[in-house]
Amino acid sequence: MTAAASPSRRLGASQPQALTRQVLTRIVAAAVALLVVGSVKAERLTPEIANWTGPGSAPVYFIAARQLPIVDIRLVFDAGSARDGDTPGAAQLVTRALDQGTEQTDADTIARRLEDAGARLSTSVHRDRAEIHLRSLSEPQALEEGVATLEEILAGPAFRDSDVDRIRGQMEQDLRAERQSASAMAQRALYQAMYGNHPYASPPSGTQEGLAALDPERARAFYERHYVAANAGAAIVGDLEQEDAEAIVERLLGALETGEPAPDLPAAPEEPAEREIRLQIPSSQTALVMGLPAVARGEEATEYPLRVVNQAFGGGGLVSRLHQAMREDRGLSYSTSSRLNVLPASGPWLIQSTVRADRAEEALEVLQDEVQRLVDEGLPDEEIEAAIRHLTGAFPLSLASNNALSAQLAVLVAHGLPTDHLDQYIPRMEAVDGPAIREALADRLRPERMVTVIAGPDVDEPDHEVEAE
Amino acid sequence: MYRIHAFLLGTILAWTSAVASASDAVHQHRLDNGLNILVVEDPRAGVVTSMLWYHVGSGQEYRPLTGISHAVEHMMFKGTEVRETGEFSRLIAREGGRHNAFTGRDFTGYFQTLAADRLELAFELEAERMHRLVFDDDEFQREMEVIREERRQRVDDPPQARAFERFNATAHMANPYRHPIIGWERDLDRLQIEELEAWYERWYAPANATLVVVGAVTADEVFALAEKHFGAVPDRDPEPQPEGREIAQPPGERRIDVTFADARLPLLYMAFNVPSLATAEQPEDAYALMMAAELLDGGRSARIPTELVRGQALASSAGARYTATARLDTLFTLSGHPAAEHSLDDLEAAFREQIERLHDEPPTEEEIERAVRRLLASEVYQRDSTSGQAHRLGQLEATGIGWQEVERFEARIRAIEPEDIQRVAQRYLQPERLTIGRLHTEEQS
Repeated sequence: MTAAASPSRRLGASQPQALTRQVLTRIVAAAVALLVVGSVKAERLTPEIANWTGPGSAPVYFIAARQLPIVDIRLVFDAGSARDGDTPGAAQLVTRALDQGTEQTDADTIARRLEDAGARLSTSVHRDRAEIHLRSLSEPQALEEGVATLEEILAGPAFRDSDVDRIRGQMEQDLRAERQSASAMAQRALYQAMYGNHPYASPPSGTQEGLAALDPERARAFYERHYVAANAGAAIVGDLEQEDAEAIVERLLGALETGEPAPDLPAAPEEPAEREIRLQIPSSQTALVMGLPAVARGEEATEYPLRVVNQAFGGGGLVSRLHQAMREDRGLSYSTSSRLNVLPASGPWLIQSTVRADRAEEALEVLQDEVQRLVDEGLPDEEIEAAIRHLTGAFPLSLASNNALSAQLAVLVAHGLPTDHLDQYIPRMEAVDGPAIREALADRLRPERMVTVIAGPDVDEPDHEVEAE
Repeated sequence: MYRIHAFLLGTILAWTSAVASASDAVHQHRLDNGLNILVVEDPRAGVVTSMLWYHVGSGQEYRPLTGISHAVEHMMFKGTEVRETGEFSRLIAREGGRHNAFTGRDFTGYFQTLAADRLELAFELEAERMHRLVFDDDEFQREMEVIREERRQRVDDPPQARAFERFNATAHMANPYRHPIIGWERDLDRLQIEELEAWYERWYAPANATLVVVGAVTADEVFALAEKHFGAVPDRDPEPQPEGREIAQPPGERRIDVTFADARLPLLYMAFNVPSLATAEQPEDAYALMMAAELLDGGRSARIPTELVRGQALASSAGARYTATARLDTLFTLSGHPAAEHSLDDLEAAFREQIERLHDEPPTEEEIERAVRRLLASEVYQRDSTSGQAHRLGQLEATGIGWQEVERFEARIRAIEPEDIQRVAQRYLQPERLTIGRLHTEEQS
């Protein structure tokens, strides 16, 4: 193979390594400007966000997107698995049981009504939040039908014995399926070790014990405590006027009790409960996961440098250090990556890989060496520049569909972020430099706080029973 | 309450129809070297998705070359005559783009999503590797290690996937869809670099490919850019697509039982050999099968979720699926996990009852209306994603059905009568076309 020919001229792809930060920043800014100019046909890069407060002072963010006849309504609640308390699985069971009927209407009727209107209703549970997503056609009658159905659901889900039993049974099956997967078991153990007694340790899919304790009373109690307007927010994107969006939020959140916001979560623990965990799982691959609580929402001065680090280290798909070390150089793994999950209390930085079992120790060493190298040496300027360039350039991609945009908006609402948060993304990212990265690394990526879980066949001295759930 | 509601829906239905048919126009152009180009102008977000589809996949494979299309896909990320390994990815990443690739039964696809004004970079790189890829033996050996890991991750470790591989091989008696897309383990172990190179030479001709571009671009500028970059790729006679239909007569009922020590959930699979939209004697048959699958599992109000998952709580999860977009004969599949208190036998009996019902009674108008509404709403929602739109067009072209099916979809789905569904059920959903696969857990057997 010969050396690279010059790529496309218009990209100005010459000598990036030789550039100083300042020059680069100017180039990035120019590239961003170019992007805006180049996409005059598009009506937004970072679109205009309207905001107001709904019932219970719930924050509401709205973007009018009139090009497609679609409306996405996402209601978010501080009702994620961090609120499970002593019944892990509660948050998920409640969201899954939510649309199974009210006192007046059964699950079949609800499903028919929504689908007759072409609407889709889905729910999801994360550690930090629960989300209800109604996707509807914007035609007024269709939208009305979808909103009316959701309003009825919110006003009084029935949590009938038979429905709760059935969903608990499905969740128990899901737990069995999880036990077939080394990666899933490793993740579960990782969070428990990273977070100890902190609520983020609670697995969103629950535990056998937690599920066994869940009955309709507990589900109802969870709903009544957490599905209240003061604990909610709404994100709406789509083909409707703001006043219609306001009316919809009034109805949906107005259907709930006002209630109280959930209390603040405690800070994440400074030290992990355990440093290394080995799980014996009869799989042909070994799952390696590592992580530590790294950054909380609101810590922008740390968050953005860590995002750049993560991009270069393992977040950048086919161009990351982990991809190069694990896949290209050694053929150890098909997928190895890292990601930063920013949560209201400190969220984790995670490394995950699955590798061939007979080379698991070698792979672990490679991962540990890469972490150590990062901690010792930080990132050289050219890697910082490449990562920033990618992250700022790819930013519009993450807002390119109504679905993606409404998902982003839901996170802003859930985490209490201001409406200019998206506008701030590119300037904040461009402001990241070597010193900021060194500081963030020194402060947050302490190898001695990192948890490692190895789950697979023939691991040395397994010290955890997989069945111990 | 329900009746009032059904009354309202006349207008919604009429309206949905107007929206769905106003879908974005597809522009088509063919270069002199045979490269087929489709463009949909979607200016919404300043973003563009470019997808290059080669009309080759595991559906053209035979032993001992199974998995070769996928292996070539991996090698396409290596160096070319003018660029070293990794540079493609670095350049796309630099420009804020995302890119990757996928291999299916009928296609191998490569995509980039990036800001619309950077489309040229994608074309330049993609055109280059269309004819100037370098096959290096060291890289090949390491990549085969990666592919073996991918196989372990996708197929060997999840007991369900391992079972599905066996069920699928049993259900397709004669056509190449019986082979796993990633290839059989033994074939991966012996695959030679020369074979990959020959496969690339044979199938990666411009005339065997479709370039689909969806986003904030105009068709004319895309055609001009494509001419500039792909126009330089030498033309070659396209490889004729091989015959690989299922055997002519129904193969007879087959049954396969597997037990895996690590399986925690039993799994039931029932698959009928049926024609695809490409192989059906008349397209109505494929559309009627689509509607049958929609009635069974098109949404939460469909029969399986309503009756088996909720009503009788026989299954913790269950569904039906018909893959109409396929070059060869395909499958109509029901599958599910029985709920903890129920057996595979219970679920099998319930599935058979569902099929009997499709034979015995035509579905009600109301059920059909709902299914049509769901499908047409999906058409609208699909337009929210540039890559979703590109996938749909690319699959239709790669399977030889043709992108024009998008324009016919609504009329054809609306033309399906209750009796059509009953007719195709009676013809195709028969024991002599059925494969029953069962995954048992050790505790249970």
